[in-house]
Amino acid sequence: MNKKVLGIFGLLLAVFLITALSSDAFLRPFNLENLVRRTALFGIISVGVAFVIITGGIDLSIGSVVCLVGCGLPYMVMILKLPVFVAIPIVLLVSLLIGLFHGLLITKLRLQPFVVTLCGLLFYRGITRGFTRDQTMGFRNELGGFRKLATAEIPIPGLEFGLPMPCVILVIVAVIAAIFLNRTIYGRYLLALGRNEQAAKYSGINTDRMIIIAYMICAFLSGVGGMLFVLDVNSAQPSDFGNFYELYAIAAAVLGGCSLRGGEGYILGVIIGAALMQVLRNMIILIDAIPQNIEFAVIGAVILAGVSADEVVKRFAARRKAAREFAAAKGA
Amino acid sequence: MPEADQTDAPLLEVRKVSKRFPGVRALHEVNLHLGRGEVLAVIGENGAGKSTLMKILAGVQEPDDGGIYVDGVLARLDSVEAAMDHGISLIHQELNLADNLDVGANIFLGREPLKRGFIDRAKIRIEAARYLSMVGLDVSPDTIVGELTIGHQQMVEIAKALSVDSRVLIMDEPTSSLSTKETQSLFKVVKDLRSEGMSVIYISHRLGEVKELADRVTVLRDGENAGELARDGVSHDAMVKMMVGRDISQFYSRTQHKPGEVMLEVEGLRTPVHPAHPLSFQVRAGEIVGMAGLVGAGRTEMLQTLFGVTPALEGRIRVAGREVTPREPVDAIELGMMLAPEDRKQQGLVLGMSVRDNLSLASLYRDSSRGFLNRTREGEISAEMIAKMRVKTPNEHQIVQFLSGGNQQKVVLGKWLAMEPKVLLLDEPTRGIDVGAKQEIYRLMEELAGRGVAILFVSSEMEEVMGMSDRTLVMHEGRITGELRRDELSEESIMRLATGSNHN
Repeated sequence: MNKKVLGIFGLLLAVFLITALSSDAFLRPFNLENLVRRTALFGIISVGVAFVIITGGIDLSIGSVVCLVGCGLPYMVMILKLPVFVAIPIVLLVSLLIGLFHGLLITKLRLQPFVVTLCGLLFYRGITRGFTRDQTMGFRNELGGFRKLATAEIPIPGLEFGLPMPCVILVIVAVIAAIFLNRTIYGRYLLALGRNEQAAKYSGINTDRMIIIAYMICAFLSGVGGMLFVLDVNSAQPSDFGNFYELYAIAAAVLGGCSLRGGEGYILGVIIGAALMQVLRNMIILIDAIPQNIEFAVIGAVILAGVSADEVVKRFAARRKAAREFAAAKGA
Repeated sequence: MPEADQTDAPLLEVRKVSKRFPGVRALHEVNLHLGRGEVLAVIGENGAGKSTLMKILAGVQEPDDGGIYVDGVLARLDSVEAAMDHGISLIHQELNLADNLDVGANIFLGREPLKRGFIDRAKIRIEAARYLSMVGLDVSPDTIVGELTIGHQQMVEIAKALSVDSRVLIMDEPTSSLSTKETQSLFKVVKDLRSEGMSVIYISHRLGEVKELADRVTVLRDGENAGELARDGVSHDAMVKMMVGRDISQFYSRTQHKPGEVMLEVEGLRTPVHPAHPLSFQVRAGEIVGMAGLVGAGRTEMLQTLFGVTPALEGRIRVAGREVTPREPVDAIELGMMLAPEDRKQQGLVLGMSVRDNLSLASLYRDSSRGFLNRTREGEISAEMIAKMRVKTPNEHQIVQFLSGGNQQKVVLGKWLAMEPKVLLLDEPTRGIDVGAKQEIYRLMEELAGRGVAILFVSSEMEEVMGMSDRTLVMHEGRITGELRRDELSEESIMRLATGSNHN
């Protein structure tokens, strides 16, 4: 395993153990199952943003796409009375088109990703609040079968809790993402252009197309995430559904070893990062000594500590290596 | 008598300085001394330790061992400020100016004279003008630096160094991006400063310049002193021999080629940069065509247009008989026309990736099946190219950033060789690389031409153009002003066309 990924895994274990020792409720089957489910849901959108971050870009519109899809799906099913097998392809197609739109603006008009997706963040939420008239959306008691996509569990023999369905979806998504990133030429193209877009272009790579694909992957997985989120909770309030999700996703990707400078990223790391975020949130809820309203402060502090430690360890290792070689050279 | 000692001591002396980096012994017990009013050239192949030594003198890095003496007294140069306090200023190869600020602001950056807490602009203007006149630069202190030519920007850097009362100017490859004319005016400034008692350490790959300018030459090789030449002893052969540690009997390896069919045919090509001048020429298989001219003559722009980076406005390009209008580099690559760009680090290489990943980057698509990487083939290509190009690297996983300039260029060429080019466009193929690697690049060009590759190379080094080309095209201000056969080549004939004298 990559050193960065190993480091973040250590941090996850530490937070996990601390929480387990400080709270009896933490290891209860119901809590663990819920934790795994939330990790899977956030993991899916985090894998998406990882692709964009690898190109050296950013996507701030994830939370709003989650909201658009999360409210749009029940809106189509309950109010427009569209069959669900029509509504789902529509929301996923819309997600893909959003990614295409971002990608085109960024590559052809040369707009900055931050600006494009910041406008997306505002736009999609505004649109959603408009067509729903700010009414909370949900499926009530209909759609039982489809909701299983998010709510079902696969029982694990010998354990008291089952494997939540989103976790299965995350594994599928992650395996495909990891193969795409590490085993195909397109993954290599993304890693190369993330480090030096010009050199990639000069090597005959269609960099614009690859960047567009990255934004489409991100928006598509945001859409899948949005769909699963609403199927899970069965209620979406347009004014706050998906709020800050882009920041959770970006934080997970960065913790998992993606560099915001581009050209670096590990799918496994991103998922561990997403898990760490969820364990942290869970810890804050369960440990009474931590007031719940400082949740953001705790998360911010842990992320900062994580990335600082990474940097310090790296410098320390480099210095030790230099000293060792110097000593060896002097002895020789 | 310590006082007599001090006046007799050289202005600057380096005694047994050593410096190591992870995996590299950059300097080993290097000595060097510099007198007052002396121009000392420090030469050596890339990786010989010149840059490291200069960084140590300028306070950017500290030596692991050894000492630096200024006026015979041990000096602790642990920061750029400390070096400046001792009167040592470094002028970087890549200039360190804020190009959005004006000339005056740059000269006094970080040392702005104040008046009641605010910047005293009037004083900056007067003082800056004084230093600018010392370097013979006739621009207003209010000019934005980004609007100046590279040559003028360099003069601003020198003016800046003068403004901190420097006694030692270190110039790292100062002419690497200057035209012949700008180089001449730089030389004049250096000579003027010397006659006023300034000491200069001059680092260059261009031995012709060293010969013209230096009072003394110190040669470094593999991080150690390789020898020293006094002014009378300075000759091209002597310098090369000391730098590479062996005799180079035949520097340019040229054999007669039999040009084959036309591989690259350009007719009425109009580039976006010089749309007024249509360009037409041909390059045959097995032919090496040089493209000479001053910096800014439009040669790089022409190559970029051929390669599809800045698509042509008009004109016909045929590669091996097939017509193409490259709108993206991939269009040119598909027909077998590749470019090794001038800006190696920005355009030629993904510096943060490994040697292997860079070597295979262009051929990944060809060797893939259904989009999947063919890792076996990738490994074969990388091993083959490392061997063939004689890339000096510990292994194929080394990050390209840590290779020397010459080895980086070999990686760029290796990437294209793996694609079996028909037409190879080379933009300043040996810029900033050491003599040994240069020779290997020449050998490679020769070998490729022998195998029928058509080579078009742009070079600002007259010697190289004369040494390597079968035929030379000369450009001036966007147009091709002439073509010279090998037997017509001389510095005079090239310069006449390059300066456009024929048209005046």
